[in-house]
Amino acid sequence: MTQNIIEINDVSKIYHLGGEVVKALDGISLNVEKGEFVAIIGPSGSGKSTLMNIIGCLDVPTKGEYALDGKSIKDYNDNGLAKVRNEKIGFIFQQFNLLSRLTALENVELPLVYQGIEAKERRQIAMDCLKRVGLENRYTHYPNQLSGGQQQRVAIARALASRPSILLADEPTGALDSKTGKEVIEMIKEINREGQTVILITHDLKVAQSARRQIVLADGKIVEQGGEV
Amino acid sequence: MSIAQAVKMALKNIYTNKLRSLLTMLGIIIGVAAVIALVSIGNGATTKVTDQVKSLGSNLINVNIQGRGVQRSISYDQAMSYKNIKEVKYVSPILSANTNVSSENITKKVSIDGINDEYQKIREYDVDYGRFILPIDVDYRQKVAVLGSNIVYELFGSSNPIGNYIKINGSSYKVVGVLAEKEASMMENINDKIIIPISSAQRQFKSAGVNAIYIQATSEHTVEAAKEKIEKKLLKYFKNDDDSFRLFNQQDMLKTMGTITTTLTMALGGIAGISLVVGGIGIMNIMLVSVTERTREIGIRKAIGAKKRDILIQFLIESVVLSTIGGIIGVGVGLLMAKGASSVLDLQFVVSLNTILLSVGFSWFVGVIFGLYPANKAAKMNPIDALRYE
Repeated sequence: MTQNIIEINDVSKIYHLGGEVVKALDGISLNVEKGEFVAIIGPSGSGKSTLMNIIGCLDVPTKGEYALDGKSIKDYNDNGLAKVRNEKIGFIFQQFNLLSRLTALENVELPLVYQGIEAKERRQIAMDCLKRVGLENRYTHYPNQLSGGQQQRVAIARALASRPSILLADEPTGALDSKTGKEVIEMIKEINREGQTVILITHDLKVAQSARRQIVLADGKIVEQGGEV
Repeated sequence: MSIAQAVKMALKNIYTNKLRSLLTMLGIIIGVAAVIALVSIGNGATTKVTDQVKSLGSNLINVNIQGRGVQRSISYDQAMSYKNIKEVKYVSPILSANTNVSSENITKKVSIDGINDEYQKIREYDVDYGRFILPIDVDYRQKVAVLGSNIVYELFGSSNPIGNYIKINGSSYKVVGVLAEKEASMMENINDKIIIPISSAQRQFKSAGVNAIYIQATSEHTVEAAKEKIEKKLLKYFKNDDDSFRLFNQQDMLKTMGTITTTLTMALGGIAGISLVVGGIGIMNIMLVSVTERTREIGIRKAIGAKKRDILIQFLIESVVLSTIGGIIGVGVGLLMAKGASSVLDLQFVVSLNTILLSVGFSWFVGVIFGLYPANKAAKMNPIDALRYE
């Protein structure tokens, strides 16, 4: 039997902006199985960023249930959520979000630093991850010495370092030209083939087609769900 | 995240922003340097004053006759009778006056002390050449004089004065000795004085009494007892008029001086301490800027799993490392300043380990206190907002 890594049940997120009530998410239910590659698509303002924040445990739902790896995130406090992000979620951002003062290797090591893993082991794991994205020769480089594609690959290596339950990619090709964007998507697909659960958030239909399942969001609701778009 | 890891990270960050870090530390450096230098100079001054008081002679009791009231003065014999007190070793009554002294070359107003032979033992003066005043000089009112090292030069230049004559108020005195140079204290400068037998002085200055009495106790343990007995006798002699004389011993003076210089040192240290606090505010200011600048970094760190505590420790340690490095540099600068100042002001270079530890400790404390607010601000940031920060 396949195991659900993500179980989202009737989740809403409501913001109060200057007296006005904004429903960013409105009763969303969604399951993701282990090893799946799911794309969440939608125009800006559709609530996909809010959904990503909730899946990534950066935010908590106003209403509804979200369970990650079978555990409801309601049971966690701030520190607990930080620990969940650290161990179960690998973030890939549009702007790469590498720390400019750290080398590629140190960037990849960072999640492991917060796990309290000792330096030698940390280095070993980080080097393995860099090898996996083909940047083992650039480990002493600083982000500004790397091309955009290379930076995003370092970010992927960082996301993989703590062996997360899900890889959460937010517009990973948004800041790249189409050729390098394609390469990055190929790399994510490859990682998915090796068994890694991937959730991709994008507004780009072409990018979304790389995923095996697409979920379309509009106005905070799921409007379409299917294998092919 | 371990503390060692955080310190490493802080050092790296401080090193990356060299100029800014240096400017931030400057407040602490100046503060600590000022504390170290001023306290060290204060201690040096205390040591100097103490040495001067001690150089007046050990176990000394000083009596000044004010000459007021019914009984206006005290005679030489009366003063010498204090030698019968068990705790008293030497007594030297003094009659001093300022008067014109002339040699063949020059006439000059000089301070003259009429003394007896015990004066030398009490005040620990050495004779450079010739001899000191002897008991026989006092007994027979010999017109002999011993000159201080400066006055000798002024009256006789570089020629040998021994056996020559000087005129004090017109009467001739034979120069029999020259005193060795002794560092002037704030009390008196013996190098500028002439001393003659007290009996001669009494006749010369037409006075039967004495101005002052120097008394040496047998040991430091008997000073208080001797002082009390002398005071009793003086009160009796002056018919209970304690305005007629002033009695004090070296310990009293040391205590008074000690109080003054300690207060001074503390005041200086306190002012310098204020600049340390100002330095701390400088650190807080820069840390706040740094937290704002690094909002995105904080967001990234939080997204990939940094707990509140991790961020708090990171920024707090950065501020503490900054202030501690500043403190250590400040100690170095302060010691150099103290060394320079003590050689310019001719003071002893006194290094107080307590002051060093205290000021480094205080700068560390300043780092914690003024780092806490910015670090807490960083730790409390919402990761979503922080990630979105441009």
